[in-house]
Amino acid sequence: MNSPIFLAAVAAIAGAFALVQPHLGPFWQSLLINILMYTALATAWALFSGPTRYVSLATAAFFGLGAYTMAFLGEAMPLPMVYLSAAVIGAVVAAIVGLSTLRLSGVYFVIFTFGLAELIRQLVTWAEAKFGGTVGRFVFVPVSPTDIYFMLIAACVAVFALGWWVQRSRLGWALRAIGEDETVARHAGIDVTRAKVLLFSLSASVMSVVGCIMAPRWTYIDATIAFNPIISFQVLIMALLGGAARLYGPVLGVVPLAILFELLQANFPNHFSILLGAVFLAVVYLVPRGVAGLLEKRR
Amino acid sequence: MNTTRRAALGGIASAAIISTAHAQTGPIRIGYSISRTGPNAGGANVTTLPNYQLWVRTVNEAGGLRVPGGARRQIEVVEYDDRSQSEEAVRNVDRLINQDRVDFVLPPWGTGLNLAVGAVLNRGGHPHLAVTSVTERIPELVQRWPNAFFFLGRSSAASEALVTTLQGLQRGQGLGNTVALASVQDQFGIELVNAGRAALNRAGFRIVMDRQYPLGQQDLAPLLAEAARANPEIFIAFSYPPDTLAITEQARIANFNPRVFYTAVGTAFPLFRQRFAANAEGVMGIGGVDISSPRIRDYVARHTQVVGRPPDGWASPVTYASLEVLEQAIAQVGTDRAALIRAIGSGTFDTIVGSIRMENNQRIAQPWVGQWQGENFVAVGGAGTLTPVQFPKPAWRPA
Repeated sequence: MNSPIFLAAVAAIAGAFALVQPHLGPFWQSLLINILMYTALATAWALFSGPTRYVSLATAAFFGLGAYTMAFLGEAMPLPMVYLSAAVIGAVVAAIVGLSTLRLSGVYFVIFTFGLAELIRQLVTWAEAKFGGTVGRFVFVPVSPTDIYFMLIAACVAVFALGWWVQRSRLGWALRAIGEDETVARHAGIDVTRAKVLLFSLSASVMSVVGCIMAPRWTYIDATIAFNPIISFQVLIMALLGGAARLYGPVLGVVPLAILFELLQANFPNHFSILLGAVFLAVVYLVPRGVAGLLEKRR
Repeated sequence: MNTTRRAALGGIASAAIISTAHAQTGPIRIGYSISRTGPNAGGANVTTLPNYQLWVRTVNEAGGLRVPGGARRQIEVVEYDDRSQSEEAVRNVDRLINQDRVDFVLPPWGTGLNLAVGAVLNRGGHPHLAVTSVTERIPELVQRWPNAFFFLGRSSAASEALVTTLQGLQRGQGLGNTVALASVQDQFGIELVNAGRAALNRAGFRIVMDRQYPLGQQDLAPLLAEAARANPEIFIAFSYPPDTLAITEQARIANFNPRVFYTAVGTAFPLFRQRFAANAEGVMGIGGVDISSPRIRDYVARHTQVVGRPPDGWASPVTYASLEVLEQAIAQVGTDRAALIRAIGSGTFDTIVGSIRMENNQRIAQPWVGQWQGENFVAVGGAGTLTPVQFPKPAWRPA
């Protein structure tokens, strides 16, 4: 897809989301919040994991860091500063982690990122119990669901703009080369580690901001809520269904799966997990290259 | 349990078909989002869900909820699974209120999920009958959410009632003053131990051990070994259900026999008594019921018959009582939610756990310390009708 059309499409869809807001009841707004949240997370995930083919399960770690940023700073500083802090914290943690671990690849990287969410969760619990005197945190900030809705639209626009820019930049080329063959990329003079860490940080930064936006919706967070591994898995499966190789790919997975989850939840609340498992199997067997891949094959 | 549930739902469904579309005589729709799966499922399936089912069945078999004017309306249930996730709970309650348009929403299990749905229920103007939601910040919460009612009080009340009970044993029974403390690193565990430590110090007890362990810790043998070395008169573990079982088991294996042995959440579960049989005798824990009350005995019998196992001795009867409060308030003022919130906040209600009257949307007076005596987890500390403590706890017997 060429860039003017892509950017126009993003702007038009974001505008449409903003325009329909006054006509949404709380229920539909709730559903769209879910779709927007996963769109931002899955696109941010694919930003790094798509070109490099490093499968990351650390989404929950950065999402949770953002949620905790809101819990700690939400009442202490103006809200825009809180979101900015979340972005910085996510990027800094990702850079530190990335420098030490992006030399890993394949399954080692997958396991490490999964462990990362658990490690941060345990660290937060330990520190809270030791110094905070409690493990749960209340998030009482004046952010309504409608505010969350608009902020998520902004986050989605930002992540698409970021992705568009990265694809066009030298960094994007470097990452695609790494995804094809890391050794060759290194021999071609690409600073492999720098490229990977940079993009890992950008992607993590978006995830943290999304966590920070979502936290006021729950009034209360503890480490189990904030660092819920389900978030990592859902983001992964959504991005894979959509297709991580294209910037617009993850959305094609997020929308059908979010609607499907909603239908399953509303109609088969007691069989949700079983049906979900069946859907995952179908995704992996029937659409291995994602919806975006199917669409391109048609052409 | 599944068949009884289906039978109950079947009854509701047929009642729904029979009743006319007229709003005043049709069924009253009650919805809840509960953790059927995920880490909260254990608590939800012991304490919350069985009581919702038992109550709906009891009410419908009696002809339905009484409304002003004397008519009765059947209850129709809408149920969702939140999979123990805050975001799912929020969306389910949004769906119940705005899409299913239920008349009332019953709360989920656990502090985190209750607080997650608290804001949604507040915006929707629904009464929030929070039971399994215990935190120190309840007084602040009820300021923000005047529609919320807290039936189990604050963590510090539990610890302070325990210390008062121990002081009684010191005066009357010659209990010593050395205490070993263990606590789980989770919100409730930390709040309990903070309040407990302060109250113990104020009351002149000597804390000889004070250890915390992470949630989900499997191996608690070193902790119990350290406690045994300290040789305290009193052992207190502010624990959660899995560690309550593990700590008790480990104490039995190590033959660690303090004169008072207290484990917190989960001690009141029927599972505890099943697992330890005669060794449960004399173990103290959080909760306790007044077993001399005929209404409690009737409740335990009905719960056992319908659910297939007895209720737990702490939050189960209170959960059921919160539903009785709702039922009686509906009988007084009908289904107008604003009037209902006022009625619950100001009325006095006769329930299986005795008379309930909210003070600033909180139920303050209640038993806080329970002890296994025979088949029952009886109330021995806190407020209400109490049974004398069995002291000292008998030594462990080989299993």
